Amino acid sequence: MRDKKETKNGITEVVLAGSGGQGLISSGIMLGEAAILEDKNVMQSASYGIAQRGGLSIAEVIISDSEILFQHVESPDIVLTLTEESVKLYEPLAEKGVPVFYDTMLAEKRTGDNFYGYPFTEMAGVLGHSGMANVIALGAMAVRSGMIKAESLEEVLRERFAGETLEMNIKALYKGVGLVSG
Amino acid sequence: MSKVERKVRLIQGNEAIAAGAVYAGAGFYAGYPITPSSEIMNDAARLMPRVGGIFVQMEDEIGSIAAVVGASLGGAKAFTATSGPGFSLMQENLGVAVMGEVPCVLINVQRSGPSTGLATKPGQADIMQVRWGRHGDQTIIALCPGSVPECFLLTVKAFNLSEKFRVPVVLVTDEVIAHARQNFAIPEPGEIPLVERKSPAGPPEKYRPFDAEEDGVAPLAAYGGEYVFHISSSMHGPDGYSNNNPDNAIWRIKQLHEKIEMHRDEIVMTNTYDTDDMDVLLVACGATTGASRAAALEARRNGIRAGVLHLVTIWPFPDREVKELAGRVKKVVVPEMNYAGQVAGEVQKVIGPDTELTRVNKYNGQIITPRDILEVL
Repeated sequence: MRDKKETKNGITEVVLAGSGGQGLISSGIMLGEAAILEDKNVMQSASYGIAQRGGLSIAEVIISDSEILFQHVESPDIVLTLTEESVKLYEPLAEKGVPVFYDTMLAEKRTGDNFYGYPFTEMAGVLGHSGMANVIALGAMAVRSGMIKAESLEEVLRERFAGETLEMNIKALYKGVGLVSG
Repeated sequence: MSKVERKVRLIQGNEAIAAGAVYAGAGFYAGYPITPSSEIMNDAARLMPRVGGIFVQMEDEIGSIAAVVGASLGGAKAFTATSGPGFSLMQENLGVAVMGEVPCVLINVQRSGPSTGLATKPGQADIMQVRWGRHGDQTIIALCPGSVPECFLLTVKAFNLSEKFRVPVVLVTDEVIAHARQNFAIPEPGEIPLVERKSPAGPPEKYRPFDAEEDGVAPLAAYGGEYVFHISSSMHGPDGYSNNNPDNAIWRIKQLHEKIEMHRDEIVMTNTYDTDDMDVLLVACGATTGASRAAALEARRNGIRAGVLHLVTIWPFPDREVKELAGRVKKVVVPEMNYAGQVAGEVQKVIGPDTELTRVNKYNGQIITPRDILEVL
C-alpha cells in the first residue's frame, strides 16, 4: 500500500505467529510493555481460533512515535514464526526484505537472505525451560530490527518474574541478543 | 505547567472497560462468560471484592441481567458484559430496566454472527439490536468506543449517563477494540466527575418513584431503606402501581422518551477528523474508526480530501451531526462490519434517499482495513 522507506518513519510492525499455547500473545504484551518504557505508542492485537491450544495463533505489535490509528499490522517489518504452518504463511515476505525468524526445530530449514533460523526451543530447554524460546527470539529480533533496546525488555522481565525464573529469563534474553550481534 | 504523574500501561480494551466501571463506582457485577467479552468478567471477579463490591457468576445471561436490575434497585451501580448470543438473551429484562427506569450498564462486545457464528471474530451487526432488541416503545443510550482509551472513558460516561437519566446504557464495542491493547494511563480518582442517581428527599409516605422532576427524571430510592416502593414492568402510574388508563400510558411512554430527547445534546457525542475542507465524508464507529482515519490520511496523500465523523454515541443516532457534515461533501462513505449496512441505513435516512451513499461492508469475520475503504474513495 505504501512505500515503507518514505512513510514508515518511526513505525515498526511486528508479527509473532505460531500455534495456540506457545506464548505468542504474552510475548507480544512483553514487547509492547518494553516499547512503552521507551515512551512509544503501542497497539497489540491477536488473532486466534476457538481452540485453547493448537491452531494458528498470531500476535501483532505496532510500535510508533505517533498515534496508531489502525489496529492491525498491514506490512510487517519483522516476523517470528514458530510452526511450519506459520513459516509458510510469512516466508514470501523474506524475499521482500523482511527478516523472518523461525525455530529450526519446529520448521523445515529455509535458505535465503532474510531467514533467521535458530533452535530457540532447544536453546531455551538447555537454559532451563523450553517456554523461554520466545524470550530468546525477542532478544534476537530486538537487536536485528533496532525497534527496542534489550534493556527495556530486561526491565519488563524484572517486573514480571522473580528469583530463579527471572535469572533464567534474563539469560535467555541475552542469549538471543548474542545470536544476532555475534 | 504541572503535569499529573500517571503510570502508562499496556491495557486491553476489555480490561479498560472493567477498570472504567470500577472508576465509575460500580459495586455489582453479575454475568456469564462469553468470548470476546470474558476478560471483563475476569477482571470484575478480581476487582469487585477489592472495592467492597459483589461479583456473581450467574447460571446464564437471563439471570445475569435480572440480578443487575435487582442490584441497581438495591442502590448499587451495576453492570454486566456479554456478546451477541448473550445480548439476545438479555433483551427481555433489559426492557424491564427501561420500563422501571433502572440505571444499569450493559457491555456488548460484538462478534460475528448470526447465532454463535464465528465466536472469536469481530462483527458490527448488533447496531440495530442494541436500539430495537426489546419490544414496545422504548429507548436506551448506546456508546461505541473507537479505541482502548475510549473503552475506559466511555464506560465511565456510560455509568454517569445511566445514573443521571435512570436508563440502561449499552456500551457497544467489538472484538477488535475489546481485545486490542494500547498504552493508556488510567486517570487519577477525581479527574473525571462521577454522577450519582438522585435520591428522594421528602417524606417516605409521599415518595413516588416515577414522579419526574423538571429534568424529566424522578429520584430513585434504594430498596431496603425507609422508602418502600413498587417497580412494575407493566404500565404504571407515578406511584409505580399498575395503571391501565390510556392517558397514563401516553404520559408514561412520552416520559421514557422525553427524558432522553430533552438532554439530546448532552448525550450525543461525536469526534471529527479533518472535516473542515473535506470533499468526502467517512462515517464510522467502533473498530472501523481507526481504519477510516488511516484511510482518510492516505487518501489525502493522494489528493482526495477526506474527513471522518466518528459516532461516539450511536443511540440516540447523531442525526444532526451527520446531516450537517454530509451536506458539505460530494460523497459519503460508511464502512461497517455487517452485511445490511445498519449504520449506513440510518445515515441514508438522515441525508435523504436521493443523496448517494457508498457502503463498505465486510462480514467474513475480518476487520475492515484502510485498504478496503481506499478502494471506494
